[in-house]
Amino acid sequence: MSGINLVESPLDLADAVYREVVPAGEPWLKALRRGQTLRILDLEGNQAVDTLFYNLEQPTVERYSAIDTLQAQGNVYLTTGTKLMSNEGHVMLTITADTCGRHDTLGGACAAESNQVRYGLEKKPMHSCRDSFLRALADSDYGLGKRDLASNINFFMNVPLTPEGGLTFEDGISDAGKYVEMRAEMDVLVLVSNCPQLNNPCNAYNPTPVEMIIWESTGADL
Amino acid sequence: MNHPDTAADAVVHRDTVPGGRYWSMVIRRGYTLRLVDRDGKANVSMLLYNPQNLLERYNMADTLKGQHTSKLTRGNMLYSDMGRVMFSIVEDTAGWHDTIGGITRDADIVRKYGEHRYQQVRNDFYRSGRELFLIELAKWGLGKRDLVANLNLFSKVYAGADGVLHFDADHSQSDDYVDLRAEMDTLVVLNTAPHPMDPAPAYAPGTVDLVIYRSPPVADDDYCVNFRPENTRAFANTAIHNCQG
Repeated sequence: MSGINLVESPLDLADAVYREVVPAGEPWLKALRRGQTLRILDLEGNQAVDTLFYNLEQPTVERYSAIDTLQAQGNVYLTTGTKLMSNEGHVMLTITADTCGRHDTLGGACAAESNQVRYGLEKKPMHSCRDSFLRALADSDYGLGKRDLASNINFFMNVPLTPEGGLTFEDGISDAGKYVEMRAEMDVLVLVSNCPQLNNPCNAYNPTPVEMIIWESTGADL
Repeated sequence: MNHPDTAADAVVHRDTVPGGRYWSMVIRRGYTLRLVDRDGKANVSMLLYNPQNLLERYNMADTLKGQHTSKLTRGNMLYSDMGRVMFSIVEDTAGWHDTIGGITRDADIVRKYGEHRYQQVRNDFYRSGRELFLIELAKWGLGKRDLVANLNLFSKVYAGADGVLHFDADHSQSDDYVDLRAEMDTLVVLNTAPHPMDPAPAYAPGTVDLVIYRSPPVADDDYCVNFRPENTRAFANTAIHNCQG
């Protein structure tokens, strides 16, 4: 498997300005300022973290775009060096460190209705990422809603494509303590659902907590 | 055209969209939209919405993961984000339709093909996929927030083992066609701008012929409904949506 760029972070946890553990099945909504770095730490391993970004100044106008990100790098997989692009063609964040090596942006987020299609009509009552997204947005004042939920990133999720057009959800290659780190290139709103999916291996059938860690800008590369 | 046409008495409308133009219409349940790549040079960028609730729309991720595929062809269905089927691909001679290539933006068109503005070349001016989508979406009260990952019919993009994306420049042939059977009333917004990965040095997107015809009844052994168990369930969800007529 290639398309992987393993790079460790030079940042020291002692210098972090924010640390919060997000349990599985819960959302996390946070503004990240230009120059700040966000680390998402997979505490127990193989945990999918569904993530969307919005331009903090005009969240209903500019948002993360999976398709623009693929177009810009000519590759379907996300790893160190990937520029996370907006629908306006701007770089929103850059992945600066990655000890997992494989992240997906084609698999989307689970929803009650898509769970019915994928796993059985009786699965509708199960918790889903879209419910977490919608609840977090409904409780906020950004004016965002379902209309603003476009294709997201699934950090730590392994969705390989084949040259013949296949696409599968495979066992993750993440493990306890692996992380991905990204630097904000503009002020962004980060919307996360720590995935509650129990029907496929994206969380190793056992959704677990992740930690969100933020560092201030070092002034470099800005 | 030497592709097999449908019975003339089933056809309710024919239309033609030149390259680099837009089109939109609600295709009602029970009707099929045929798209024909007249000269083997067309790319049709397409988005789908539920006209009764425009928040429900074609969802690339749900369509792909539900059918374990990154390409679309006969047997596949186009899923909405509400677990329903908007269209079934009941016929397809191209064999692969792209779901991940996206659209061109204005700057891409100028960079690849040079500047060709209306002032100089009148209606031969070059237009981007994004521009054409935004114009046509606006007529339905839709805009940037509704512009999500689109289909690119008649185009083939595939990923190598390393994830690198490739475009097959010789994919679609003259008179290739695809038939999309509406399983619920669906607003189709499309444009015929070039695919963003098309290496052709000239801006010469192909013409697309459209035919709308009455669908035959969906039989119990329907190929698309039975293509995958996910399709059977998505079709059952759609039947509930349609249960009152």
